[in-house]
Amino acid sequence: MSTETKSPDIKEQFIDLFHNNIATLNDGLPDFINEHREKALETFKELGIPDKKNERYKYTDLTSVFNKEYRHYLQPKTINFDLDNIFKCDVPELDTQVILLLNGWYSGSNKPLYELPGGAIVGSIREAASKYPELVQKHYNKYTKSEEDSFTALNTAFAQDGVFFYVPKNVTLEVPVQIINLLMDEEDGMAQHRNLFIMEENSEARMVICDHTLSQKNFLTNSVTEVFVDKSARFDIARIQNEHNGSTQLSHLYVQQEKDSNVTTNTLSLHGGLIRNDYNVLLNGEGCNNDTVGLYLTDRGQHIDSYVYMDHAKPNCRSNQLFKGVLDDFATGAFNGRILVRQDAQKTEAYQSNNNILLTDDATMNTKPQLEIYADDVKCSHGATVGQLDEDGLFYLRSRGIHFKEARLLLMYAFAHEVIEKIKVKPLQDRIHELVDKRLRGELSRCNYCEMHCG
Amino acid sequence: MLKIKNLHASIEGKEILKGINLEVKAGEIHAIMGPNGSGKSTLASILAGRELFNVTEGEVEYHGKDLLKMAPEERAREGIFLGFQYPIEIPGVSMMNFLKTAVNEQRKHKGLEAMKSSDFLKMVREKKEIVEIDSNLTNRSVNQGFSGGEKKRNEIFQMAMLNPELSILDETDSGLDIDALRIVANGVNKLKSDDNATIVITHYQRLLNYIVPDHVHVLYDGQIAKSGDKNLAVELEEKGYDWLKKEAEI
Repeated sequence: MSTETKSPDIKEQFIDLFHNNIATLNDGLPDFINEHREKALETFKELGIPDKKNERYKYTDLTSVFNKEYRHYLQPKTINFDLDNIFKCDVPELDTQVILLLNGWYSGSNKPLYELPGGAIVGSIREAASKYPELVQKHYNKYTKSEEDSFTALNTAFAQDGVFFYVPKNVTLEVPVQIINLLMDEEDGMAQHRNLFIMEENSEARMVICDHTLSQKNFLTNSVTEVFVDKSARFDIARIQNEHNGSTQLSHLYVQQEKDSNVTTNTLSLHGGLIRNDYNVLLNGEGCNNDTVGLYLTDRGQHIDSYVYMDHAKPNCRSNQLFKGVLDDFATGAFNGRILVRQDAQKTEAYQSNNNILLTDDATMNTKPQLEIYADDVKCSHGATVGQLDEDGLFYLRSRGIHFKEARLLLMYAFAHEVIEKIKVKPLQDRIHELVDKRLRGELSRCNYCEMHCG
Repeated sequence: MLKIKNLHASIEGKEILKGINLEVKAGEIHAIMGPNGSGKSTLASILAGRELFNVTEGEVEYHGKDLLKMAPEERAREGIFLGFQYPIEIPGVSMMNFLKTAVNEQRKHKGLEAMKSSDFLKMVREKKEIVEIDSNLTNRSVNQGFSGGEKKRNEIFQMAMLNPELSILDETDSGLDIDALRIVANGVNKLKSDDNATIVITHYQRLLNYIVPDHVHVLYDGQIAKSGDKNLAVELEEKGYDWLKKEAEI
């Protein structure tokens, strides 16, 4: 059974949807997941859909997005053909364990959970909740800020499936895990999956996440990912967002790191109608390292909004935020990065930079770095730039016979390079170099590199 | 090869060049000297195609073609090379990728196929020796983190790679110590032939001890105030520019 929300009163529609379908939402899931729903809905009721008066959403207007009608996937949608045949992620030599989500539901395989070497697990969170209840219960909804963010609350109220990933103590996964989020329907649809990744002490893993739209309808994704990284564990996430211009992504990442752990997230936004990426990182032990980096290449009416909240709660941690973007045509963007250094967090090193190139006079970027420091022995820096391509550099290249267009590309590519080189999965890095090159040349039309070419 | 006729140019309404006349033939080395602000670098920039300046009057002919109508990259492919006074740092663009693109664009223009990697690397090795450039420099981003001297040597290295017909070296000697100066000058001399020409722009005479010019021109207040042979440079060194200023004002 799928249901629809209708404007005008969007908030009420969600509340009705919830009450009318609570049995469906709860079905097949344990109490320790379902018990969060009512409270989360209350929060959502209270906060509503944030408008531009909300400081955190000042530059992102969601009204038109929520004014559309969407089908809600309260049960998995059955697709009458084999997904494996229509979708192949074209990253050559990228040997990964692939997990597919279709419209927010675990899909594409008969096997709901995979056991990986060393006892690691990846698969459906729904299945994991019944098979490994203690593990899921211990971490589920422990790292979010449901009470502060209405979309996280909305997700908590409605979440039914998503990806569960677990790496036990001292285990290193050699093969990266790849999650492919697919959106596909003949009607407009809204997906709200919920992921939980657990890295136990001294474990190590790498993950690749790809977001794709496979049909031309409007899609709205409101996803929440919780990540717990225990002592000395190392976790890298590389994410490629490549959806068409009729899609909206509201993506919320919550990371909690314990002592001496190391996390890198690298988000590459190639295409998408409206993208809002929230990164919440809590450095909860000494000696943590966190790199949160992103690259966005937008054109036409696309909009990208990155929000980072880096919480230094303990001493001797290092964090680095690096976000770079190239905005063409009348694309718009926002960056809001907050660093909080708590009183105890002496010897903190926290850096942040956001650099943007606007290729036209009509492209707009709003950037807002924020530092809040309560410790006295810290090294922090932040900086933001919005500018054009370097005229001197352009002339230098041209004076050596390099065509204007090629020179422009070389400079844009060079600008993007700094972010791409931080990707640790080597074949992926190579592939992304290629993708970015194509994207900058205008040769990558949305889902060009999937076989659907759904345009 | 190059004919500059009554060239006037301005930037933001301010006239910098006030009627330059100059002819450069194949096989020649011309030195353009002059005090700061006389328009030397402006002339170099205009010849290379920098769009910052407005040409208000006059013409520039290069091999019979109207140079001023050509885009900077076209001029480069037709054999014009500007050695920058301040070479630009381009982080993220590797020297090798930059050189390869430049060399191949030039080859394409001449109707030649792109160079094979092995041939290209061989050429890089050979040309490096001309300017005694450190191997590591070609593994880095264009000019990034190069010292002043390395940047200037890198200009001559690029000149060697592109083998231009007309090289315009804008204050290539500035900021160089005597050893670096000698290396750069040697590079220029080695690349000299009967088919190409060089315009050396310099403030001081010392570079001309190493690169011996056929003609010396003194630029003052946007015009060529005096032309002569290499002895003019020596005379300038002795008397300074004030002597010329007085002469110009009379």
